[in-house]
Amino acid sequence: MRNALVAEYRKLVTTRMWWVLLLACAAYLGFIGAVLGFSLVFAPEQQGGVTLHGIDAATAVYSLTNGIGYVFPLVIGSLAMTTEFRHQTITQSLLVEPRRGVYLGAKLLATVPVGLLYGLVAVTAVVAASAPLLAGWGDGAYLTDGGVLQVLALSVVVIAVWAVVGVAFGSVVTNQVAAIVVILAFTQLVEPIARVALGSFAGLDQVAKFLPGAAADGIVGASFFSSYGSGAGELLPRWAALLVLLGYAAALALIGRYTTLRRDVG
Amino acid sequence: MTQPGPALAVEGLAKSFGPVRAVDDLTFAVRPGAVTGFLGPNGAGKTTTLRMLLGLTRPTAGRTLVGDRPYGEHALPARVVGAALEASSFHPGRTGLAHLEVFAPQVGVSRRRCRDLIDFVGLGGAAHRRVGGYSTGMRQRLALATALLGDPPAIVLDEPANGLDPEGIVWLRRLLRAFADEGRTVLVSSHVLAEVQHTVDDVVIIAAGRLVHASSLADLAGLAAPETYVESPDLPAVERLCAEHAWDVRPGERGLLVLAPSAEVGAAAYRSGVELHQLASRGADLEDVFLRLTGGVRS
Repeated sequence: MRNALVAEYRKLVTTRMWWVLLLACAAYLGFIGAVLGFSLVFAPEQQGGVTLHGIDAATAVYSLTNGIGYVFPLVIGSLAMTTEFRHQTITQSLLVEPRRGVYLGAKLLATVPVGLLYGLVAVTAVVAASAPLLAGWGDGAYLTDGGVLQVLALSVVVIAVWAVVGVAFGSVVTNQVAAIVVILAFTQLVEPIARVALGSFAGLDQVAKFLPGAAADGIVGASFFSSYGSGAGELLPRWAALLVLLGYAAALALIGRYTTLRRDVG
Repeated sequence: MTQPGPALAVEGLAKSFGPVRAVDDLTFAVRPGAVTGFLGPNGAGKTTTLRMLLGLTRPTAGRTLVGDRPYGEHALPARVVGAALEASSFHPGRTGLAHLEVFAPQVGVSRRRCRDLIDFVGLGGAAHRRVGGYSTGMRQRLALATALLGDPPAIVLDEPANGLDPEGIVWLRRLLRAFADEGRTVLVSSHVLAEVQHTVDDVVIIAAGRLVHASSLADLAGLAAPETYVESPDLPAVERLCAEHAWDVRPGERGLLVLAPSAEVGAAAYRSGVELHQLASRGADLEDVFLRLTGGVRS
């Protein structure tokens, strides 16, 4: 298993994709962090009638790492799997490791260090872009506050979990283009709408917090959605949220193991 | 590599893709210490068979063995069989050396071994170039290096000569010969007999998923009947002559094809005073035998 982990890790870091996407992630989150920080500081009353102050403003901005940035670890994770099929390297991979469960397990775990790096860079980008605005013109950056630090640390963790979810998803949808389209559609459109829509109906609002993005917010303990009280405010407790998100990874990986990886390869 | 390589066995193997029977009740064995050519036209089921031998494709029926057990049940299978199935299965964005280093841990070899191998296959100068810029021949060499990572006692190569330059083909030929002489098991597929006929000791020929011939190359050559093309103003006389000698005759372009050596046909015609305008040896070569066995047509 150790050798399989080293091999999977090398697969990730021997192409340019991981750092190209990492740069994109940093640039995008830095931009969004700056925009949101700016609007909170200079035009707080425009935010849907809800005004955020003090530590709430800081936490709301910092939680963007997960709320907006989770598409990046999802994509890099799914690519780890789908490139194997796109370029047929899956053949060689299964020649050196015919135990397909071990192969998939190693791939899931080997993304964790890369995911943590993405998390670290994403958090740094958001904080670096927004903290000076919050500190200089707003109510403060709160970077020494225990609760805020916890949010930042858990944001790093949750990004790594998203990378694992990405691998598991890629094992189900092995077509690279399809996987990316589905990820973009789900993260940018389907889930945000579903969270707001489900949250608007009594009875269904309990369902919303089990959506993967909402579960991730639950791990962080802060949500861009909940900050603005859009009706999807309620989050799961941290431990439960972590279990839910890992559950998504496990369920997808199991499906991948018994569909994609049960089939003939090539 | 001190022990002889494992024998490879295919037993009652079958594979259906929907209604298509790609491999059908196929049985053959590959011995160590020899180069075995696995031959058949494109689409005969060669690659599917090799994929089943290597545990990538599940047989509909039958089984395959590497030594005493299926490929996947060896502890470190890539140290038992080195395989190169397609020259195209590389990530184009990875360098040649990185490709080897990715698979090295599971084969149980060092980066040093990767470096040595990439030099050995003649890609030393391109080791740090991305595979996307490699020619087909270079990809073949990289595929071979991947197969050789674990210094395996058995080697399985699918169409290894495709895209290799003539120099590369000679190099590959010598390499495979040396492996066999060391006692390794070498199985090489090809759709062109001529490509491997100077390399192989044994042949396994399949067509439409079924075994049509398995023997030593010498025995295959024994099936190559000589043919003589004859033109004559009196073809009926030639036909009578052939009937006397019990030679099979087929119509040629403007004459006849006689299934006999040209010297004998010429002598017989001379003795009987039959006038001949052409007497050409068209000795059926191995390729003809191969095409006859596989039902193919010479291009």
